[in-house]
Amino acid sequence: MSKKVIYGIFDDEEVLLKSVKEVRSKDISIKEVYSPFPIHGLDHALGLERTRLAIAAFIYGAIGCAVAIWMTYYIMILDWPQNIGGKPSFAYYLNMPAFVPIIFEMTVLFSAHLMVITYLFKCKLFPGQESASPDPRTTDDKFLMEIESDDDKTISTLLKKTGATEINVKEIA
Amino acid sequence: MQKESPIREPLILGNKSYHDITMDVAKPVLAKANKMWWIVFGISLVLFVWWILSVGYTIGTGIGVWGLNKTVGWAWDITNFVWWVGIGHAGTLISAVLLLFRQKWRLSINRSAEAMTIFAVVQAAMFPLIHMGRPWLGYYVFPIPNNFGSLWVNFNSPLLWDVFAISTYFSVSFVFWYVGLIPDFAMIRDKVNEKYWPLRKKIYSILSFGWSGRAKDWQRFEEVSLVLAGLATPLVFSVHSIVSFDFATSVIPGWHTTIFPPYFVAGAVFSGFAMVQTLLLVMRKVVGLEAYITIKHVEYMNIVIMLTGNLVGIAYLTELFMAWYSGVEFEQYAFLNRATGPYWWAYWSMMTCNVISPQLMWFKKLRTNIVFTFILALFVNIGMWFERFVIIVTSIHRDYLPSSWTMFSPTFVDIGIFVGSIGFFFVLFLLYSRTFPVIAQAELKTIVKSSSEQYKK
Repeated sequence: MSKKVIYGIFDDEEVLLKSVKEVRSKDISIKEVYSPFPIHGLDHALGLERTRLAIAAFIYGAIGCAVAIWMTYYIMILDWPQNIGGKPSFAYYLNMPAFVPIIFEMTVLFSAHLMVITYLFKCKLFPGQESASPDPRTTDDKFLMEIESDDDKTISTLLKKTGATEINVKEIA
Repeated sequence: MQKESPIREPLILGNKSYHDITMDVAKPVLAKANKMWWIVFGISLVLFVWWILSVGYTIGTGIGVWGLNKTVGWAWDITNFVWWVGIGHAGTLISAVLLLFRQKWRLSINRSAEAMTIFAVVQAAMFPLIHMGRPWLGYYVFPIPNNFGSLWVNFNSPLLWDVFAISTYFSVSFVFWYVGLIPDFAMIRDKVNEKYWPLRKKIYSILSFGWSGRAKDWQRFEEVSLVLAGLATPLVFSVHSIVSFDFATSVIPGWHTTIFPPYFVAGAVFSGFAMVQTLLLVMRKVVGLEAYITIKHVEYMNIVIMLTGNLVGIAYLTELFMAWYSGVEFEQYAFLNRATGPYWWAYWSMMTCNVISPQLMWFKKLRTNIVFTFILALFVNIGMWFERFVIIVTSIHRDYLPSSWTMFSPTFVDIGIFVGSIGFFFVLFLLYSRTFPVIAQAELKTIVKSSSEQYKK
């Protein structure tokens, strides 16, 4: 028997969520779910792990903070100390309060931009990328569950029973 | 005693299905512009041309073509800069602070407010750039080494903090805006008919970065939005605080006050919300978004305007009190001169527009009235421009040496750059309203079941 991919299309996110739980409880693995908006609890129902982007953002922020401290120290104290307005640059800790705004801004700059770059990279989003969704209606009002299996009959009935309004089966070579 | 809280009013009117929301947001992008749009766009374009000519003349000849003199070295340029940066505060405040507070009403307005922020910061950034006189050397503001042509930048200077604050704010706001736009561009991409509009399909396909709405993508999307909101919130407050340091760290009477950072931030939110009102009240009519930007949204924004207007009012009074209480005669004179000197009319326009007129918002009838809100928003915009003018020009036009006391009068170049920047801003905003999804439709769909009229019954 050849391998088939089954697309179950749903009209409502709550029905989809119930169906996902039902399908997963029968030990059938769901390949992907496409939806027009984030569905609360779907990641949990699909058994997706928590994303670590927030941790990454913290690390990037720490890097930005370190870069800013090094930059202000190197420029103002080490490389070219100047007496500006009677405020000589003898030691970093004496001048540091004036650098707090810079250090803060650099922390935010690094954290935000590097996190977004990581996000785009992890989700494979870049200009020129083609959409992976099998049905363009998934950006409008349809929710699509994608299952790969040999036995499309059972799965189609199960999806129908749990509320899918449309089933499409495609053979993959 | 028992008290039952009332059911909140719906944020989406009518029987809107997910598909209806899609079509309502895609419609202005896919349909042709109406006559009204072309008229407003034409006027804005004319003003924009005036801006180009004025800026060209300024750069070609030098900033001597402005009305500045030896006493008043900062006038309209910095006034306009601070005014525009202030306007640029509402967008990120709406999308970041209101996201952290889980305010659902932000979803109908955040996209346009963020667009407004970005376009306003573009206008703001132009003023310091052309004030440099030689804008082609503008890269000197970045930390580049000595042998490159200049000394290192001075990190003790609030003007340099400003460079870092504005550029961080602009780029982070832009990225925040774009992350939210990706799923909505994908929606438009899927709605454009490739047969009739092959180029349009291609453009939206590139803009949407190939978004397909996988479950993992959405999980990351929500995390990124939340963390960006967390980062943008202190950023919003820092930017105008740092702008106020430009004045507060100097020793000019009238500028040298510790109240400036919170006072400027409140003023920025005040003027930003007023500009959001000005734009959205027109846009909801022209683009047909009355079901999404409801009277309730207008009322919420009016409450923010009233609150921040009162904060600004308290700051004005505190300044006056501190001037008297400090016992410094120069400080006292600076404030007396503001209220009763030759610029009394600017001071009292500011007081009327910013402190007295928002008090009318206490009446529910008035703050839920569209026409009244629009007029009041214009008053606030004018009042906030006068606030910056009063702070900047009246503080320096009479300095320590009475023989150098003078007045400031703008030249046609000053006027051209200011009025032209409004034209430039509207050109950008009008183009945006025809080509971008003006409502964050993907996220708006998540609140249909909790906040739309049909599910509230």
